[in-house]
Amino acid sequence: MKYLDEFRDRDAVASLAAAIRAAATKPWRLMEVCGGQTHSIVRHGLDTLLPENVELIHGPGCPVCVTPTEAIDRAIALALRPGTALCTFGDMLRVPGSRGSLAQAKAEGGDVRMVYSPLDAVKLAQQEPELEVVFLAVGFETTAPAHALAVLQAHNLGLRNFSLLVSHVLVPPAIEAIAASADSRVDGFLAAGHVCAVMGEEQYRALVERLRVPIVITGFEPVDILLGVLLCIRQLERGEARLENPYARVVRSDGNRQAQAMVSEVFEEVPRRWRGIGELPRSGLALRPAFHDYDAERRFDLSGVRADDDPRCVAGEVLRGVKKPHQCGAFGTACTPERPLGAPMVSAEGACAAYYRYRRSEAQPATASAT
Amino acid sequence: MCLAVPGQLLSVTGEDPLFRRGRVAFGPLVKEISLACLPEVKVGQYVLVHAGIAISAIDAEEAQRVLALLESLEEDEP
Repeated sequence: MKYLDEFRDRDAVASLAAAIRAAATKPWRLMEVCGGQTHSIVRHGLDTLLPENVELIHGPGCPVCVTPTEAIDRAIALALRPGTALCTFGDMLRVPGSRGSLAQAKAEGGDVRMVYSPLDAVKLAQQEPELEVVFLAVGFETTAPAHALAVLQAHNLGLRNFSLLVSHVLVPPAIEAIAASADSRVDGFLAAGHVCAVMGEEQYRALVERLRVPIVITGFEPVDILLGVLLCIRQLERGEARLENPYARVVRSDGNRQAQAMVSEVFEEVPRRWRGIGELPRSGLALRPAFHDYDAERRFDLSGVRADDDPRCVAGEVLRGVKKPHQCGAFGTACTPERPLGAPMVSAEGACAAYYRYRRSEAQPATASAT
Repeated sequence: MCLAVPGQLLSVTGEDPLFRRGRVAFGPLVKEISLACLPEVKVGQYVLVHAGIAISAIDAEEAQRVLALLESLEEDEP
């Protein structure tokens, strides 16, 4: 398909790998921020094409993974509530809450519906006015416009039976927290291309100024990722720290202004707790007071739902890039996609899921060394 | 979750900007996609789609620039 095949070209991948080998004279550690990029790297074995002195560290860019367990528990409580349908993207279904997942709640008779878009949930609310329709709004800046649009459509249609259970997170505060943390091992960042498609370059230029590290806005195909690595290493070797955007076919300097306007009409920035990182100021989105009628947390009493993470899960260290998935004692034994202890093992963007799917044979649980 | 797929816009329907949508072809698969975030997009253009909405129009010239850069890398190889 156009704009996919040419960015997966084997010869281009090989010559980029050669250019990276030629450029990297010192040890460098780069973090790819987005879990979608992690999956592409592990699936295509891109890290195995890099020289030994270049390491890719997997970042926190998996919204499902950083969502606190109690958000899942609240979604389950709503799914089990009579007369309520809980709609969600497919990759939330098997994420473990403290007492099971949405998939298990569905098996027990809960009304859980997998949809492709939050706009499908708006349609459902329109078709079934007697049903309370709640959409589990988890995501980064990429997904925020779709959630904002769903609320604006519901408002425009005068729907009184549609709401969002919001657990939205923002990328720049997480990059800043990781760069500032004592165990930070990151020399440069590959920024998440689709987050930037919405938000543009400005926030990342500001981050480069503050953190003095190179940031390269990077896409998701093998060629895009290796090009991001090459440009980041060239900057590091020259002692530079700039923002570069080789993903300009998708990312405009201003981002998508229309989408930004919708998001800021509907949502405001709030502090948000991240699994593994803790609470970060202005790192999440919540509905503005004008849209509180569409806030499931205000519409339904969910205050009693509290949850703890499984103590065996090291998701926090994996999400900060301090540990790789197969360095966890539970990896592939106590924790598998069928019986996960933490969200990174089941999410489509979770680093543990990527290693389990593509690297299990070479990673002996618990005794494996870092690659 | 931030997965987004490029596809070609085949047709546009709807007057209200909040509900404007288009048929987008992803190879053989055609889906109806919201165009509320891309008011300027034209039939025939490629768009990047995430969670049922088009979030960016793909810039063909910028794509070509990267491909040209790759060709120059391949020529540099011994």
